[in-house]
Amino acid sequence: MGFQEGTKKGDSKRLKQTLAFGVFKVMSFLVVAILVIILGFIIFNGISAISWEFLTEMPREGMTQGGIFPAIVGTLCLVLGSMLFAFPVGIMSGIYINEYAKDGWLKRFIKLMTNNLAGVPSIVFGLFGMALFVNKLGFGDSLLAGSLTLGLLALPVVIRTTEEALKAIDDSFRVGSLALGASKWQTTSKVILPIAFPNIITGLILSIGRVSGETAPILFTVAAYFLPKLPTSIFDQVMALPYHLYVISTSGTNIEASRTMAYGTAFVLIVIVLLVNLLANWLRKYFGKKVKMN
Amino acid sequence: MNSIETKDVHLHYGDFHALKGITMAMKKNQVTAFIGPSGCGKSTYLRCFNRMNDLIDNVKITGEILIDEVDIYAKNIRVDDLRKHVGMVFQKPNPFPKSIFENVAYGLRVDGISDKAFIEERVERSLRHAALWDEVKDKLKKSAFELSGGQQQRLCIARTLAIEPSVVLMDEPASALDPISTAKIEELIHELKKDYTIVIVTHNMQQAGRVSDSTAFFYLGELIEYGKTKTIFTSPKDERTQNYITGRFG
Repeated sequence: MGFQEGTKKGDSKRLKQTLAFGVFKVMSFLVVAILVIILGFIIFNGISAISWEFLTEMPREGMTQGGIFPAIVGTLCLVLGSMLFAFPVGIMSGIYINEYAKDGWLKRFIKLMTNNLAGVPSIVFGLFGMALFVNKLGFGDSLLAGSLTLGLLALPVVIRTTEEALKAIDDSFRVGSLALGASKWQTTSKVILPIAFPNIITGLILSIGRVSGETAPILFTVAAYFLPKLPTSIFDQVMALPYHLYVISTSGTNIEASRTMAYGTAFVLIVIVLLVNLLANWLRKYFGKKVKMN
Repeated sequence: MNSIETKDVHLHYGDFHALKGITMAMKKNQVTAFIGPSGCGKSTYLRCFNRMNDLIDNVKITGEILIDEVDIYAKNIRVDDLRKHVGMVFQKPNPFPKSIFENVAYGLRVDGISDKAFIEERVERSLRHAALWDEVKDKLKKSAFELSGGQQQRLCIARTLAIEPSVVLMDEPASALDPISTAKIEELIHELKKDYTIVIVTHNMQQAGRVSDSTAFFYLGELIEYGKTKTIFTSPKDERTQNYITGRFG
């Protein structure tokens, strides 16, 4: 019978399918393999550097000994500072674009500009930050200048995240609220934002991952080559993990001697980013549940 | 007495002429049904009464629409408040992701009411009015999403009743529901017309026959025929009405 095995036509159809999906499967495994290899490499080389001393002490002996504590603190401060700037500005513009702006040239123009902002190379942000914040506004090489520069870099991501989270919400919620006499603002704040919240949060936290690993924007705006003390004000310079990694791998006093330190730094940076991603996942689930229960 | 009265209403979506000079009046405490094939303009016309069409870009409306003798497109009209006077129930149940209680209280809260006892009393009355109270009184704090489709639609009706409108617009309120839930909604409509003027858009001819006092047949943006439901269904004057209600097109 035609539907039994061995019919020529059916076999070639099945073979093509097996081949096609086989190739796709290999490709998707390849992606996983690359990530595993990178992580494995960093962990294998860096784990021996990790110790309580490494995480909590100042670097010593031309950065070949001691720890990376000031760089960890510096990166955390920079992330926090950039988010203080990028979150409010980005979320508010995202809400304006998706909930309030009428379709027209203005909305198209704003969207075009945010998309272009996302495509600007990070080193250009660095130069701009130096010209504006460091020199023109006179902040000098400082946490403030570096945070603002990193914030600018994160801005398009934050705007788009907010926009996408809002766009995903069914219009029936908006219409239902407006039909009950609510204003657009009441609709946005009481119905739409609570629904979008988990997804906005997730996007924001993922942008933190991006910001914490950037080197170019902090190069001319804040990062110190060697500064074995913690910042005391927003006008202080700081060390930062990605820049520290760059320094001890390329221009340290003794590159060979600081090799383990470099892998250790990379390890810490990756762990921070992974933790941030895990936190994002957990928050989305937590708030996702909460929104439904309410 | 007329609750809604329109004179020569034209509506354009960009270049598309969606409503072509609709003049008609709907009586107070009656159920008026709008029937007609998809795209005939009946829903668009319905959405003129609470100015939902304002939300769409490029819509131009001319003519006059009076609700309780007020021109609702006049300059001094506050649209938010108009929508409290003219409530609306949609095709797909659209409760908010909040508790059953908060769904019904929503319209009051956005109106600035915060008196707890008043809100509780109004929520209970609205839920009773929408024939849902007995089913939900023990789980008011539970999410509205835990209700069945039919219950959700009655919740949306309760939500609308809570703001005490004078007119309730229903845009195919039962088309997404099973027959038993549909029957409950129809029964409810029958009850509600004692207190409200109801305008319902429906694709279901039997439904129009069962629930409405008057029926209007729309075709290609025009009002073809309007009269007592019984008359429209038994002896329509226009051939197109005749063809539509006997199922020859649509």
